[in-house]
Amino acid sequence: MGRDDLVISARSIFLNKGNRQKFSLLTLIIVSIIVLSLEYFKTGPINQFRSVTKDVVFKTSYFISLPFLKLKNAYYGISDFLKIHEENKQLKIIDLNIEELKFENQFLKEENIRLNALIEEKTLFLDNYHVTNILLDQESPYLRSIVINKGFKHDIKIGSAVRSGSYFIGKVVGVNYLTSRVLLINDLNSKIPVIIEPNGISAIVSGNGSKFNGDIEYLPEKNQVEEGHIVYTSGIDGIISSGIPIGKITIINSKKIVKFFADFDQIKYVKVYFKK
Amino acid sequence: MSLFANRIYSKTITSLPTLILLLVVILDLNINIIYKNYDFIINFSYIIVFFWGLKKPEHLGYGLIFFAGIINDVVQSLPIGISSLEYLLLSVIGAFIRNRTIIYNLIYDWISFFIAILIVGSINYIILIGIFKIPIIYESLILGLFVTFLIYPIFFKIFFWIDNMVLIKQNDKKNR
Repeated sequence: MGRDDLVISARSIFLNKGNRQKFSLLTLIIVSIIVLSLEYFKTGPINQFRSVTKDVVFKTSYFISLPFLKLKNAYYGISDFLKIHEENKQLKIIDLNIEELKFENQFLKEENIRLNALIEEKTLFLDNYHVTNILLDQESPYLRSIVINKGFKHDIKIGSAVRSGSYFIGKVVGVNYLTSRVLLINDLNSKIPVIIEPNGISAIVSGNGSKFNGDIEYLPEKNQVEEGHIVYTSGIDGIISSGIPIGKITIINSKKIVKFFADFDQIKYVKVYFKK
Repeated sequence: MSLFANRIYSKTITSLPTLILLLVVILDLNINIIYKNYDFIINFSYIIVFFWGLKKPEHLGYGLIFFAGIINDVVQSLPIGISSLEYLLLSVIGAFIRNRTIIYNLIYDWISFFIAILIVGSINYIILIGIFKIPIIYESLILGLFVTFLIYPIFFKIFFWIDNMVLIKQNDKKNR
């Protein structure tokens, strides 16, 4: 290919708008580079504009994905129904002594109240929380995150804890006006200070991309952590409340890991904590 | 078919490449595969942008590709503008190959696609790691690109079929 040919080709590719094209490639590449360089500005009107853009994209994405979500939920609903039907068949065969179980349950409840009064248990999680649905569920090798339907309009701040049921699943890493991005505990960048009970050993749980378990870092060399011990948030960072259960210790090939309590595939609604 | 329904059908067919690209980025349909210790992502958007950039750029406007890139960045929480740059570079490579080629064939397209995604993947890696310090697993990126390359022929056939449908619709319009 001659030099002149190459120049003609390059000119035609970059500068010619072509049939039914409104912009030339060169213009758009320059605009992309400018937009990319604006990522360095994290304050001021650019940040506000970015926040609004993200809100609009997240909400649009949510509404467009609604029919697909309905289909997915219908599929899971049918498979759950079939499972329950099967379980029901099996339960009919088993002779359960319901009355005895009721009495046992009552007894345990009363005993729990009595023991709580004895140790003067304080209620954890005094903070307020919003229950919100998930707009987007992002899963890629580089990112395990969800986008929730609450933003700084609802007093959500970066670092706020997010729970699914009673279990810790992640923390808020990006807040827009109406939406926020939550970094899940299994993300590679997630580092959560924890305490392992019953011995009260402090460590860090870091994500490894797996949906089921996470790594434990900074464990003392001579620790007494055993299989089945429970891992809670320690609250050392001052943002996440202490005592939120994360998972339990499992030992695989003499390596101690945390098996998460939360099932990341089944999360539909989450609780996000905020302080006014 | 009534005139109105026919017009809607015709419009849908001719806008299919645009619709597919927008759906892929908005709904994040780039599939994440986790198999044993391997975790990678199949980038359908690369295939769509490259194919239509190479074959029929008039069906997938550059402005729209830029816009789709912005949406992809927001959804994937990447620095805004990086996907637009990647997609536009793919279009540049597609346009360059289109300028130099007289007869198309699958093998030639496939090899060109491989070179194109390697270039774009490298730029993506350099920008994310070097400038934005976002940790990327190199193996995941390479594996994802390789699997994307492997499935290109399947989409080539599907898009070729869509392209034929668009052509038929356009000819119908002209003949009317």
